[in-house]
Amino acid sequence: MTRALIIHRAGPQVTVQDKGRPGLLGQGLSQGGAADPVALYEGAALLRQPASHAALEMAGMGGSFEVTQDTRITLTGAPMQASIDGQTLAWNASHLLRAGQRLEIGAATRGIYGYLHLGGGIATEEVLGARAAHLAAGIGRALRPGDRLALGDDTRAEVGLTLDPAPRFAGGTVRITHSMQTHLFAPEMLERFQSTAFRRDARGNRMGARLEFEGDPFAASGQLSILSEVIVPGDIQMTGDGTPFVLLPECQTTGGYPRIGTVIPADLPRVVQAGPGVTLRFEVVSLDDAVAIHRRHVAELAKLPSTIRPLLRDPAQMQDLLSYQLISGAISAHDDHQ
Amino acid sequence: MSQTDAHTTVFPRIAPVGIAGLLVSFADRLSEPANRAALAFRAAIEAEPLDGIEEVSTSLTSTFLRFDPLHLDHTRLIAHLQDLLKAQDWSRAALPEGRRHFRIPCVFGTDLAPQFDEAAQAAGLSAQEAVASLTAARPRVLTIGFAPGQPYTGELGPEWDIPRQTALTPRVPEGALVVAIRQLIIFSAPTQTGWRHIGQTAFRCFRPESDDPFALRPGDEISLRAITPAELERIRAEDQTGQGGADVEVIR
Repeated sequence: MTRALIIHRAGPQVTVQDKGRPGLLGQGLSQGGAADPVALYEGAALLRQPASHAALEMAGMGGSFEVTQDTRITLTGAPMQASIDGQTLAWNASHLLRAGQRLEIGAATRGIYGYLHLGGGIATEEVLGARAAHLAAGIGRALRPGDRLALGDDTRAEVGLTLDPAPRFAGGTVRITHSMQTHLFAPEMLERFQSTAFRRDARGNRMGARLEFEGDPFAASGQLSILSEVIVPGDIQMTGDGTPFVLLPECQTTGGYPRIGTVIPADLPRVVQAGPGVTLRFEVVSLDDAVAIHRRHVAELAKLPSTIRPLLRDPAQMQDLLSYQLISGAISAHDDHQ
Repeated sequence: MSQTDAHTTVFPRIAPVGIAGLLVSFADRLSEPANRAALAFRAAIEAEPLDGIEEVSTSLTSTFLRFDPLHLDHTRLIAHLQDLLKAQDWSRAALPEGRRHFRIPCVFGTDLAPQFDEAAQAAGLSAQEAVASLTAARPRVLTIGFAPGQPYTGELGPEWDIPRQTALTPRVPEGALVVAIRQLIIFSAPTQTGWRHIGQTAFRCFRPESDDPFALRPGDEISLRAITPAELERIRAEDQTGQGGADVEVIR
């Protein structure tokens, strides 16, 4: 029998996600994929498997899970309350989930999107070359109690590893580049945009995040007669009421609202993971600087596997020995970096 | 940024889209030659792609390129595009190869398409004249976008230059035929819209379970055949393919 993950309970938006389906813009399908792609790389590094493996994405709230055979797991992205049979689990760490045990994942304590990665990855059928649910396009769906997801083969055994997650749960400065329509906004409008504090509207989803702020609406010249044009994730649309809307992985592929700028890929997870009460500010950077930042970002993701270390065993920091998997943790921190 | 010219009103114009995209626009309002240029320019880039170009697509009047800026820098790609733009008059280029004509059965009006009368009135036509006009038209797929497989087709005659509604219709179903600004769309999924719902088809633009999930391509042409609600019901009951009773022929 193939190994499977059983869903006993799921928050309102728990979906299978991977890197999505690039290359179908011309067919009207946005790439989709994990809202916080950095989490895919962190989860892959902790389980020492490819970042192309599919994981569970949990928006705001996790669920209750079981596996049919012993399975390595790791938890990344927005930290959530998590436990196995009542024993608290460290986030950003790998653990062993034994067959029949209950993995409970609760509400996010910071950020929005948490991820559950499983050794061997989720191995559901691919649609158009990927396993990611794309809810806006009607591909896949949110998971429900009773769902069983096949898991891929896992040749590894080590758990009890951790890493320092890339900081992205506390808002802060988000760098943007000019877009094809930035010039439609008056210079003082663009200045005001950069000096305004924004909060993410809690109603955001995988298509986009509306940003709330104090002050006059932002408007472009000729706003109503703009021809519908291609959209990429990170684009900041100014909607009809002058409120910015950051487009995310499941955005539509074209749109007629003017774009004031585009969030650079390295900073998009800060917008995606901006939880309640977190403040975002935007800063325009040059295209050359943005490419240089992107180069560093890609290099940092590539070297994540070399930053993995055993979970600390300092008893002074340990509230619960079991939560550190001392019993089942076959730790091999010096494993080759495959 | 210095190499791109987002601020100019001279076309063709090259502008950045994020750090990994460039948009080559042939006009800032819809025209047949600009749409033709965008499609032909896309085909030319795809015929001899530079290393680092990851995706090419078109919108109504533009060609979009997504590329890896760590392997192909903006300066080099822009120079390449400028050379290619100069190579010919793209607005006079031929339409894509292998275009097809889809003849799609459609119920006009009735409670399946409740805004037909209102749209006909806005176009200054009687209901009969509106059906005659819409079934005689053979609009071309100008672009696929917004949602998977969803065609924007045009252009209809000037009488159909009717604006979008300011208020959105909360939900029209998959296969809905909607009209505004001399264009027709067949919706690929249930959606809210400002376009008026004038017809209902059983044509599925997006068939994710199929080997050929995107039914239409830019350059294809559609025409509509008026049917009754009973016929639509019968087509739905029998159709396994998503074709919705449409006939397809290759345009030669």
